[in-house]
Amino acid sequence: MAKKSYSFYPGCSSQKAASASNYQVSVDAMCQELDIELNEIPDWNCCSASIGYAGGGELPRLALSARNMALSEQAHPDQDIVATCAACWLATRETQERLGEDDELLAETNQALAEAGLKLKNDKKIRHMVEVLIEDIGYEELGKHVKKPLEGLKIAGYVGCQTNRPFGIHGESFENPKYLDKMIETVGAEACNDYEKKVSCCGGALAFSEPEKSQALIKDILESAYDNGADMIVTPCPVCQMNTEVYQDQINAKYGTKFKMPVVYYSTLLSVAYGKSAKECGLDGQVIRARQLEEIAGK
Amino acid sequence: MSDYNQQMIEKYRGNFLKEVEANVEEGDWVKMCMQCGVCSGSCPLGPHWEHPPQEIFMMIRANKREDILSSSSMWMCTSCYNCIARCPRGLPITHIMHGLATYAKRLGLAPKEQPTAKFAQLFWDNLTKTGRVNELKLGLSLYFMNGFGEGIKTALKMKDVGLGMLKTKRMTPMEMLGGHKCKDVKGLQAMLKKAEELEEARIGKRG
Amino acid sequence: MADMKIGAYICKGCGLGERLDCDELATIAKRDGKAQVVQQHDFLCSEDGVSMIRNDIDNEGVNRVVIAACSRRAKTDAFNFDGEVCVARANLREGVIWIRPDEDEFQETTQEMAADYVRMGCAEVKYQTPPHPAEERGCHEAILVVGGGVSGMTAALEAAKAGYPVHIVEKEAQLGGAVGQMWKDIPMHSPYTDPVEPVTRRLIEEVEANERITVHLSSRLTKTSGAPGRFSADISAESGSTTTENFGAIVMASGATPYDASKLPELGYGKSPDVVDRVEMEKLAIEADGGPIKRPSDGKEVKKVTFIQCAGQRSEKEGHLPYCSGDCCLTSIKQAMYFKDRNPDIETEVLFTDLRTPGAPGEDFYRSGQDKEVTFRKGVVSEVVAGSNGPVVKFKDLILDEDVEEEADLVVLATGMVPNSGVDIELAAGPNVEGEEEEAQTDSEGNAIEIPVESVLNLTYRQGKDLPHLKYGFNDSHFICFPYETRRTGIYASGPVRRPMDTPQAIEDATGAALKAIQALENAKLGRAAHPRSGDLSYPSFRKEGCTQCKRCTVECPFGAIDEDEERYPKFNEARCRRCGTCMGACPVRVISFENYSVDTVGQQIKNCDIPDEFDEKPRFLVLACENDAYPALDMAAMQGNSYSQWARVIPVRCLGSVNTIWITDALNSGYDGVVLMGCKKGDDYQCHFVKGSEMAHYRMSKIDDTLEQLNLEKERVETYEVAITDIERAPKLINDMAETIDKIGMSPFKF
Repeated sequence: MAKKSYSFYPGCSSQKAASASNYQVSVDAMCQELDIELNEIPDWNCCSASIGYAGGGELPRLALSARNMALSEQAHPDQDIVATCAACWLATRETQERLGEDDELLAETNQALAEAGLKLKNDKKIRHMVEVLIEDIGYEELGKHVKKPLEGLKIAGYVGCQTNRPFGIHGESFENPKYLDKMIETVGAEACNDYEKKVSCCGGALAFSEPEKSQALIKDILESAYDNGADMIVTPCPVCQMNTEVYQDQINAKYGTKFKMPVVYYSTLLSVAYGKSAKECGLDGQVIRARQLEEIAGK
Repeated sequence: MSDYNQQMIEKYRGNFLKEVEANVEEGDWVKMCMQCGVCSGSCPLGPHWEHPPQEIFMMIRANKREDILSSSSMWMCTSCYNCIARCPRGLPITHIMHGLATYAKRLGLAPKEQPTAKFAQLFWDNLTKTGRVNELKLGLSLYFMNGFGEGIKTALKMKDVGLGMLKTKRMTPMEMLGGHKCKDVKGLQAMLKKAEELEEARIGKRG
Repeated sequence: MADMKIGAYICKGCGLGERLDCDELATIAKRDGKAQVVQQHDFLCSEDGVSMIRNDIDNEGVNRVVIAACSRRAKTDAFNFDGEVCVARANLREGVIWIRPDEDEFQETTQEMAADYVRMGCAEVKYQTPPHPAEERGCHEAILVVGGGVSGMTAALEAAKAGYPVHIVEKEAQLGGAVGQMWKDIPMHSPYTDPVEPVTRRLIEEVEANERITVHLSSRLTKTSGAPGRFSADISAESGSTTTENFGAIVMASGATPYDASKLPELGYGKSPDVVDRVEMEKLAIEADGGPIKRPSDGKEVKKVTFIQCAGQRSEKEGHLPYCSGDCCLTSIKQAMYFKDRNPDIETEVLFTDLRTPGAPGEDFYRSGQDKEVTFRKGVVSEVVAGSNGPVVKFKDLILDEDVEEEADLVVLATGMVPNSGVDIELAAGPNVEGEEEEAQTDSEGNAIEIPVESVLNLTYRQGKDLPHLKYGFNDSHFICFPYETRRTGIYASGPVRRPMDTPQAIEDATGAALKAIQALENAKLGRAAHPRSGDLSYPSFRKEGCTQCKRCTVECPFGAIDEDEERYPKFNEARCRRCGTCMGACPVRVISFENYSVDTVGQQIKNCDIPDEFDEKPRFLVLACENDAYPALDMAAMQGNSYSQWARVIPVRCLGSVNTIWITDALNSGYDGVVLMGCKKGDDYQCHFVKGSEMAHYRMSKIDDTLEQLNLEKERVETYEVAITDIERAPKLINDMAETIDKIGMSPFKF
């Protein structure tokens, strides 16, 4: 397959030594195998995620994403924008949609952008990395690169919220998207097909401000994965990953549970299956080690 | 801020729906709610809302302005978008709730000690400073947002989480010294300033 | 009629040749079935196969044809020799090979099933004669439309456009009905956003301009008699003059009357002039005619109006309507727009518990109301009282869970509609299903109960003056399968008299009813059945010598088709008859029959099934299945690969109502181990094509226990079920249940 190039929006959490830096590591390994070129949008900024609303009003928030889109148009005019972070993707797509529907808003946004010497045409496709994998590469091709099938692993595909709603991956349902399950099967593992917390909320940013309420949600997500016999959880979202992974000790302390459930990214699974080393797959970034994956990667 | 509130009360005297339509993001949609309650039933933090979304829509029609704007309800939104995905009338409920929260804050009516309201402001301040979020600083300022004593307690409670992140190189103390940022912070801040001005002008015009 | 010559044709296609010994079947047709001509064909429904049969009919004198192939419901076009010969279908495909497993161990019993169906087919056809049209022919083409509202005028115009003369009888002095009293109506076309001119204005113009339509205003029907094709109606005007006209069919479009709001004093009606009902609200809008709407008390312009939904409706309270009138929510939205469209600052509030906006415009119109900022508030009103500036509405907001009192300038009660369905004949006549002497209903002191409702049709039928009512006083029509079709053939109910509906629905309804009326009168001209067996030529006749004048047939006929002649013998009005055979099932002395469907055509099938003796350990039980639902369900079960007991022998019947208990007795006497009856759903929400047939059958079968007791048989040997066409899994299971029952209680002692 020919090399595929995209204008890449990594987002704050994917930066070096940030909370999802291991996500970025595995994405790089996966893309290398699949001959996907990610061209980072120069000087990108934060999208303000879903929590920025109280500080910034509608237009300032839209302007933030518009700036990234304008920079992408400038630097990579012919490439779709691709994001790996759910919130980055969502905020950018939402901006694109809202500006596309409202000329007045677009004009005002451009007025603001002009202050930074930029202009937005708003003619790009905003895509999630998962869409690139499914639509541009395809499950079959994804499967062809598998060198070390993840046999014997049972994995719960936790899609979460923002990769799923309000836009979601094309062709998938809001209530039961199947793409993670298909990817799990593509790499030779077994999917928990009846994982009922697949699209439940982990609390998102409220894990910081309302830890107790959020951890109650996270507990249910973990519990359901255990009940479904999962060895680990896989997710496409940095917030989902962090929330379900790093609070397990606190949840155990509070609820008397004994969770020790690794939570990885789809890119972790793919890169391990593609025969990359544990380090290349970002497995050293697991707060809860994914021992089974480490073993496979170490073989 | 309370002047602004007074100004708005006088302007829309007794017609909170009109006020919401003019001042709240996606507020135009409020009147299209058909009171089915799917949003309230779909919300992950539904039980924690003082007034669930369905009720808020009805309260707007019943002119319960203060009750809504001073409520902690909208701050319970986790932005999971379940309500949007399921609303049979296609209302952008998540955005409306964000919009109401923002408006309440602008009017100075948002509950003073609402943790999410505070965190949201911290987040915004953090990102607008450099153009990118500094997770360490954000985390620390979050722990200390309720004062130094509380902050130490929270920080201690969160110590293990932080250590885990440090060990796996998903957090670095180096961020304290500046860390990631946009090169054109100046341009970005000018842009945001302009956007704020334009937005205020637009709201003023619409009202 | 020439001599009977039976031709039996055995198909070997669709796997029949492989699964069955067709040579043996041919021998059986010849030996047991007495078929003079027996042929086998690899593909009987092919052109070649059909022309083989036709050739035998044309050149060999075959006049009774037995098709031993697929179900009677399959290949009906290919095997259509109607009018020339009688045809019986031995169902070897859906009834035998598809419903039985293809395994060696079952081969013997499968072959026995097939052999029985061949015998039964030959027996059936032997007792049939080709049907001839009834001699009673109607010749009148005009259509009588009762009611001059939207439904009536639409029916009249549709019939007139199709070329039929029409008379409209309207009790008021002008056309238009309920919609004619509106300022505006709910939109009937996209975008469904704003109220529109009522359609009645255009309809009245068109009716008045149409040469084929005669309008009788301020008139009523004082007498209606006859049958499809030959109705006669006395049309009496208020002035006292009466004219008599003849009609081919009648459309009953008498509409509905607004509910009397004075029964709602708790909602302030009658206490405050500023509490009005929906009709009065229209009057206020007409008076304003686009200008500011003023309230009745002091003429002040209305600045706040509150609509109270379900006023006196959807309530079990005494004097309230238990049902939803269907259009009040839309009407209130429309009336709120009367205010909003003129001045968006007028406060309009609709208090509802469930907002229901049926029909095509419904949802869009509701959204438009929301868009115009009509406030919809979910609340239950407890009371409306007088306030200092206007009526005060007290209600509980169900969302906010709080009690609210709000003053308004005007309160509109969304009251319901009461159908003008005439006299409830069942109430008038008392229950008569048991065939008892008809008695006037009396109260405890023996005085006749007065029925204050005025008759609309004044029919001279023995069953009563008007169409039967179903639930809530609406005229009965076959609401599930055949709307408009009432139990009085040739009289079609349409519009809100048969169920609550709005204008677009009434227009659609009236169009359908007009077409039904045309179908009925055209069939009457040819002496054929109307519907649902449209075009059927057979009709019931009776053997006078045997008749005991018990009147069961006249009473049990669901359609009032049978009167009594001067000698008190049954008198069949063929044009009213739907050919269900309920009379045949009712007749205790079995003198009623159709040319191609009779006590014998079924009875002989029962007799000609081979009953093995008890030592063979092969039970036999009879399944009488309604051909409209149960039999297709069994066919479909076969298509889907279900199976049922090899001991069952299924005979389709026109309606379970046509089942004469002699069949059951005969079957049990001749050694059948059990009988299963399958009919359609009965009761208020019936699915029976013939409305009461299934109910009658269930009633008769409830008394079969006595017969079983006399025979010293267990009562589990006869089971009666309601089976829907969708019961594809259940119907075979019911058959298997009988097989199990027989297994449990043992075989019948009546085997030879």
